[in-house]
Amino acid sequence: MRLLTHNMLSCNIKGVTNGFPLRIEVEKSMEKEVDFNIDFLKSIFSKVEWTALVEAARSLGYNDLPEEVVDSSTMLESSDFLKKFHHALLELHLEEGALICPETGRRFPVNKGIPNMLLHEDEV
Amino acid sequence: MKLKQLEGLLGNLEQFSCPKIELEQYPTSAHIASRMLFSAEKTFGDVTGKVVADFGCGCGTLGIAAALLDADYIVGVDIDAQSLETASVNAEDMEVELNLMQCDINNLNWRGQFIDTAIMNPPFGTRKKGADMNFLSVALKVATRAVYSLHKTSTRDHVKKMALRDCDATSAEVLCELRFDVPQLYKFHKKKEVDIAVDLWRFVPPKDQERVVKTFSPHQ
Repeated sequence: MRLLTHNMLSCNIKGVTNGFPLRIEVEKSMEKEVDFNIDFLKSIFSKVEWTALVEAARSLGYNDLPEEVVDSSTMLESSDFLKKFHHALLELHLEEGALICPETGRRFPVNKGIPNMLLHEDEV
Repeated sequence: MKLKQLEGLLGNLEQFSCPKIELEQYPTSAHIASRMLFSAEKTFGDVTGKVVADFGCGCGTLGIAAALLDADYIVGVDIDAQSLETASVNAEDMEVELNLMQCDINNLNWRGQFIDTAIMNPPFGTRKKGADMNFLSVALKVATRAVYSLHKTSTRDHVKKMALRDCDATSAEVLCELRFDVPQLYKFHKKKEVDIAVDLWRFVPPKDQERVVKTFSPHQ
């Protein structure tokens, strides 16, 4: 599971209001190189919840993202920043582990890189 | 890429090894998938460079077709773990990136406005009434640009009414009528292979809606 996917996901249990971001529990992570696509990075940037991405990357052992992006238009011209953003968003993978709801502590398992967001009957 | 090339590549994908009738798992043929994605891109520019979601992705045929047409990021969602595993193998074989997730479409909870285009071959709602409309309703909430979907031609009026009236779609248009070959997958099928007439739809989601995905299940 890439961190862009993680950035979209929030806990889907009925009644949960603060289900984002899901905390990451890592058993196994990996890195996989993908092509660098500047236009994509620039267009997706404004949709990404930055703090959630920073924390998620950190939980996978990647600490090079800046805590905050103050001046995004300048940052998005910096190739150094874009490379780090690219790496965190698209190249880090959670292979085995879990996503934990910040409100309820519910564990959503991740196996073979696929998060399982199926709910139990009493959670729908 | 040419249409024939796309169809040829999709023809190599593995399909459901033991399809589950309660989920109405019918493979999306290479013929249909290639035409669906090809017209989405060539006529409307809804695929290349876009973020695409494949709802009820099954073995990943539509998502992989989007990837072959250079979508930037593709998320495939299915309720069935076995199908997702096949989708994952298929993506690897085709050397494309699919981001897969196991979830019931009715309980999807995504934040942000990441998805440009949703593509899907939803259950026809034959076994579970309303399943098709639930898929459509969720897709119209998640996608910001367009939704492509297949529905039985016999339900055309109903689909149009639901999309425009209940889901506030900006437009609902049948692009073409296709033949959906349903091979004899299940015991209750008496004939070896039947053709079902299906419509390929393009819906435009409501503008400026608040994009919070809430479950909307008119038939539950």
